[in-house]
Amino acid sequence: MSNGISFGQYYPADSLLHRLDPRTKVLMTVLYIVCTFLCRSLLSFAVLTASAIVLVAISRIPIRMILSSLRPILFIIVFTSLINVFMTRGEQLLTPPEWKIKIYAEGIWTAFFMILRISTLIIGTSVFLTYTTTPIALTDALEALLSPLKKIKIPVHDFAMMMTIALRFIPTLSEETRKIMNAQKARGADFTSGSLLRRAKALIPILVPLFVSAFNRAFELAAAMECRCYHGGEGRTRLKVLRFRAVDFVMLVLLVGVGVGLVFLNRNGLGYAMK
Amino acid sequence: MNKIFLENVSYIYGEGTPFEQKALDGVSVGIPEGCITGIIGHTGSGKSTMMQLLNGLAVPKSGRILLDGDDINARLEDVFDDWRTLPEYCELSKRAAKKRIRRELAERRRKLCFRVGLVMQYPEYQLFEETVFKDIAYGPTNMGLSEEEIRERVLEAARFTGLSEDLLEKSPFDLSGGQKRRVALAGVIAMRPEVLVLDEPAAGLDPRGRDFIFEGIRNYQKCAGNTVLIVSHSMEDMARYCDNMIVMADGKILAEGDVETVFSYVDELSTVGLDIPQITHLVQLLRKKGLLLPENLYTVESATEAILAKYRQKSGKGGSLQ
Repeated sequence: MSNGISFGQYYPADSLLHRLDPRTKVLMTVLYIVCTFLCRSLLSFAVLTASAIVLVAISRIPIRMILSSLRPILFIIVFTSLINVFMTRGEQLLTPPEWKIKIYAEGIWTAFFMILRISTLIIGTSVFLTYTTTPIALTDALEALLSPLKKIKIPVHDFAMMMTIALRFIPTLSEETRKIMNAQKARGADFTSGSLLRRAKALIPILVPLFVSAFNRAFELAAAMECRCYHGGEGRTRLKVLRFRAVDFVMLVLLVGVGVGLVFLNRNGLGYAMK
Repeated sequence: MNKIFLENVSYIYGEGTPFEQKALDGVSVGIPEGCITGIIGHTGSGKSTMMQLLNGLAVPKSGRILLDGDDINARLEDVFDDWRTLPEYCELSKRAAKKRIRRELAERRRKLCFRVGLVMQYPEYQLFEETVFKDIAYGPTNMGLSEEEIRERVLEAARFTGLSEDLLEKSPFDLSGGQKRRVALAGVIAMRPEVLVLDEPAAGLDPRGRDFIFEGIRNYQKCAGNTVLIVSHSMEDMARYCDNMIVMADGKILAEGDVETVFSYVDELSTVGLDIPQITHLVQLLRKKGLLLPENLYTVESATEAILAKYRQKSGKGGSLQ
């Protein structure tokens, strides 16, 4: 499986965060998002940033990977902060009064807070969910957390099973595509030159075998599941039972503590606090 | 004479990621022209990777692969000085010569897959056309041959692989597993490659299907006289069909040479989880018991013959087999 195709961005390592129950991590993600929106003062943002740094440190994920998760939203960060700098009205004018463009201290602060808020948000969610939790564990956690919805007849288990199967087969199918492409290239197929129509036609030798094998796989999987008497989620037990351990509670309590702390720190507007 | 020569070739999968894996580690080996060479090794020994390097599907991290003495992955910088002195390029300006050489190299790379025909593992997955004939013709059509020529080549390839004419108009999806495999093999043979490379050609086939495939390959090799490379982990098959063997382990060459030489490294082979054919084992045990059999018996047929010969010899003299 180690052919360079890794789905999602799961980074295998052995850390406290990797070992946490995936349900805890989903809950912590929600709590963390709430925390980022609770912050209103410089001090609380300092605590939030510190907590993000602590999380990255205990997750044992290379800092390079964390920063690369911020790259796709760099544009949004820059764009919103510029808007904030130029559009926020306040009391403390920084530019000379005769200038048409007016920049207020409040604008700078808001932009600064916005950058911190978005980047901690992204770092927090990616550290909790994408980097330290496998997609399969994540689906299990979502199924468990959403299971109360079964009461109102929402087929949570079936959705989770579909998700799991889809996730499971993404690497398989991409590996298969690679194999078929190589096989056709070995017979002289050329996917990169010629007109658009020619290139589209060159895909037929890949798509036909890929669909044939995908359908075959689906039939085989269905047969295999039925052979083992799969009939939906009713009364089904799990191979890997999710269990909360002490450390899960400790982490959750800690994060709630941080949230409560942030609310108190908002009162102490050291430097600047948003209204 | 080596048809292909690998010079200190290394290949790494997923470099720079946590999944990094060294598939080939400084491999240097020659593949002799005009005979069947077997490459043996366990899963993950690097044999399949080596196959993909041979026809340019993958490019080695370092080292060179020489086909008839030419580096198949040559870049402009590598050949420019040498080629500049050739009559076709020496009169051109430097820029024009560079352009021509670059075009020539690209053309060579494109044609490489026609010179080195690769049959992948489980090649039946690559079938896609409406009829078997069209599928076998896919390679030759990509070569830009005339219809006449394509027809001739398809029929020839079908003959070598034992596909009867009435199969040619059927859909490849209606065939049995063994037949599909043979269609895929014919699709590569129809390109008349100078080197035919087969990755586990008999994997998943029943004994009859396996013999059919191997006999087809051997027939083809005898008639065409070209170079054939077979990757496998079955010592029995290799001993039966190959003239020459290369044993790989952990991305390195463990042993190479003719069948006898390679099987003489019994201990080294067993350390990497490979074994000499069972019949050779039996012969060795019989020899230990005192039965004077020749050492180089690798197929059941030759062993049977040798044992029978001994038996006749003894019973002729009125003795028993001991």
